[in-house]
Amino acid sequence: MMDAPAAQRAATPAPPVLRRDGGRGLLAGICAGIAARYGIDLLLVRIAFMLAALAGGLGVAVYALLWLVLPKSQGPAAAGAQPARRVRTERASVQVALGVGLLLLSVLLTSRELGLWFSDALVWPLFLVATGGALIWRQSLGGPSRPPTPPTNPTTAVPVPTVGSEPRAAPAIEYARRRLSAVSRTSLGVVLVVAAGLAFLQSLGALSLARDVVLAALVVAAVLAVILAPWIIRLARSLSTERAERIRSQERAEMAAHVHDSVLQTLALMQKRADDPREVASLARRQEHELRSWLSRHTATAGERRLHGAVREAAEEIEREHRVRVEVVAVGDAELDQRTEALVAAAREAMLNAAKFGGGTPIDVYLEAADGNIRAFVRDRGPGFDPAALPADRRGVTESIVGRMERNGGRAKITSSADEGTEVELVLEGPGR
Amino acid sequence: MSLPRVAIVDDHQLFRAGVRAELEGLVEIVGDAASVAAAAELIASTEPEVVLLDVHMPDGGGVEVIRRTAEAHPAVRFLALSVSDAAEDVIAVIRAGARGYVTKTISGPDLADAVERVREGDAVFSPRLAGFVLDAFSGADPPPSEHASPADLDQLTPREREVLQHIARGYMYKEIALRLEISAKTVEAHVTSVLRKLQLSSRHELSAWAVERRLLDP
Repeated sequence: MMDAPAAQRAATPAPPVLRRDGGRGLLAGICAGIAARYGIDLLLVRIAFMLAALAGGLGVAVYALLWLVLPKSQGPAAAGAQPARRVRTERASVQVALGVGLLLLSVLLTSRELGLWFSDALVWPLFLVATGGALIWRQSLGGPSRPPTPPTNPTTAVPVPTVGSEPRAAPAIEYARRRLSAVSRTSLGVVLVVAAGLAFLQSLGALSLARDVVLAALVVAAVLAVILAPWIIRLARSLSTERAERIRSQERAEMAAHVHDSVLQTLALMQKRADDPREVASLARRQEHELRSWLSRHTATAGERRLHGAVREAAEEIEREHRVRVEVVAVGDAELDQRTEALVAAAREAMLNAAKFGGGTPIDVYLEAADGNIRAFVRDRGPGFDPAALPADRRGVTESIVGRMERNGGRAKITSSADEGTEVELVLEGPGR
Repeated sequence: MSLPRVAIVDDHQLFRAGVRAELEGLVEIVGDAASVAAAAELIASTEPEVVLLDVHMPDGGGVEVIRRTAEAHPAVRFLALSVSDAAEDVIAVIRAGARGYVTKTISGPDLADAVERVREGDAVFSPRLAGFVLDAFSGADPPPSEHASPADLDQLTPREREVLQHIARGYMYKEIALRLEISAKTVEAHVTSVLRKLQLSSRHELSAWAVERRLLDP
């Protein structure tokens, strides 16, 4: 019988002080630790504890006390138990909670022995509440709910001395697993506290039904408050502030980057070109367009390209290339198809003409899409011309406007006079409307 | 005729200085203000004929200035001046009582001309504003509502539509009169009538814009 412990002692020298031997123990390794320290057979120690537990609960209380007091073994015996180790560290919260409950229980039982009598209806529920409550509160207030840095220490809220190096999962998986076990521990606590409430009610079964119901409601409310309050407060606080802060800082960064890339660059460019008013105006105008479209992208829903957008694009292009203001006003919008694309191309041609021959006067573009009919007007205030007496090279451009519209079932009309400048009217009438 | 007495309300110091310089000699500038509160004080103490009003300001903008001062000073007229492209901003300030809207890129002489017209009680529609109004009054006419609003406030007459389309195409009032073979006074009457409809109509699109900007109770 002494052979086995003796052999073990030979392999691993007896620990100089009393420690819990988590490697060999069933619950916390108290019995195993005692057995190892004093060279007694483990089974005998366990039997002794069982007997003491049955004799008025003394064994339980002593066990709980030792659990709280004794440090964990750091010998190779524990290190040999690698697979069990992870579960054990995860259990730290459970152990502490159980310890709290047991301590309370031992106090109650002891005072009963001394003649101070507490009814069973109070003692056991109190024990359960103490254990479950400790578990929940520890879980929700014990440590950060998420690691500020990638988790490097796989121990939970309770820092239990670990032995050797543990095989570690990838941080993300590790973190998810810890969340899961934290949740399950919290659930365990909830179950315990609820069970305590129920047990308490059960023991008061003699009370009338009405009082039972009221009491039940009160107890349930109190139980819920105990369980949920710290958790909800913490969760809500950390989640909302964190999210708001993240969104704010992203927006700030994007805005700063944009302003730096575009507006500041343009301003610098404008200072350099200060002696060329036309260039400065053109730069400012281009920057304005760019900023506006960026801002509207932020507020408006991004849709696919439509007629209005296509005409505006053409106008901005002409504005860029010819340094002339093009003002687009649009009422309604339409899908882009072959006909409307042709209208955009004709309008672009008209704007180009106005930019070339309008003497630098601003160009007004008005686009109207209503009831399937589309009309576009391109107007400048230039010197005007007589459409009948055009030079050949300009007649070609004119044809490309009128001809293009007619090929697509529309029409174009050009009016021009020295007083009013030139206006090109493009019309597409809706099919069968 | 004496120069119109003008106050400038804008929270951008640079812009106020620019407008001052551009209007030099064309109007008499009685003062400028950079906030709603300062504007209310300025208007009360100087009673300008025309207030050039920025749509966007920190504490409520042009709409708030009009709301605080229009009742006590009915003779003061407001002309909105903005870089905003957003229809709801522009429509909101018109509905609050501004007599017109021009963009900030308008040239000095054009601005002086607009001020003069507002002083005479006319409405000043830029091409962009004309586009917004046509947009707001386009589509199906609203069903007759249970409100006491006469139906004619909720839609434009064909002639008014025509005038607005010409404004949107970039024509001046005089040119429009010529093209439509009516007098310039008639063109102005049409525009003023559109302005009235804009301010009084309960048409859904207009109210929706105003509500969105939290200018009216829904």
